[in-house]
Amino acid sequence: MDVKSALFYAFAAVLLFAAVRVITVRNPVHAALYLILAFFQAAGIWMLLHAEFLSITLVLVYVGAVMVLFLFVVMMIDVNLEKLKQGFWNNFPLAASIGAVLALELASVLMGGFRSAPAPAPVLDANGGTISNTKELGIALYTDYLYPLEVAAVILLVAIIAAIALTMRKRQDHKLQDPAEQIKVKPADRLRMVKVDPVHQALVPAPAPEEPKA
Amino acid sequence: MTVTLGHYLTLSAVLFALSVIGIFLNRKNLIVLLMAIELMLLAVNTNFVAFSHYLGDMQGQIFVFFIMTVAAAESAIGLAILVLLFRNRSSVNVDELNVLKG
Repeated sequence: MDVKSALFYAFAAVLLFAAVRVITVRNPVHAALYLILAFFQAAGIWMLLHAEFLSITLVLVYVGAVMVLFLFVVMMIDVNLEKLKQGFWNNFPLAASIGAVLALELASVLMGGFRSAPAPAPVLDANGGTISNTKELGIALYTDYLYPLEVAAVILLVAIIAAIALTMRKRQDHKLQDPAEQIKVKPADRLRMVKVDPVHQALVPAPAPEEPKA
Repeated sequence: MTVTLGHYLTLSAVLFALSVIGIFLNRKNLIVLLMAIELMLLAVNTNFVAFSHYLGDMQGQIFVFFIMTVAAAESAIGLAILVLLFRNRSSVNVDELNVLKG
């Protein structure tokens, strides 16, 4: 067994262990941490498959952004664990049977189709290994797949706007200026002309109260 | 025993089956449901990368790139909806989300 096979089995074992822990652990924070472990192992497996760019992207995007978002949300909301865990193992027979059937179906297809066939010689990249994986991916993305790339950018923009619009909460106690109202104001709204008579009767001062003689 | 394409495909098949089991087990907890969906996407992406490597074709990796874009958008919006849901109902229990039930 060479080093690559040993690394594959190690990564696969830890990945499956982490996946089992994600779905069975009680605390959602622990589940998120185990999911981070699973992503790291998957990044190692992708690295074995010479997909260096996607491997780094998996760590940066998923572990760095998505899982941190998960952790923030899990820690921010106060979940009643006892209630959520009620009847946790009630569904286990159904779940296990469906999972076993699914795995058997997939394995029967995969074993028949890919195990018996002679393993195709792995081709590292189309250019015979002269350019790196990242460069090759970039060349394909910015030429043949430029339009899908733009669509993906728009999808991310929509996601940003949707996430902000969904979670933004208007404070009730704040005061702010309304520029539109400020611009629309007319002089008549602020200044009132008052008609005053030219001859005005002077007010007669009230007589001062007499001081009592001592 | 050298690693072949079948090994990678079997690994991702087992991972996919595990996440399906996870969806059934954590039927009530919306957060762990989202995590199981992320695991499913990881299994599918591993399939794509393995085929891309063994068939010498870059299309698979490009597809993985776009899947990751859409998955990031999905989890961002899903978590935003979850926060909103918790603010309104004080719970992430799927069984209690029956407002739209006719």
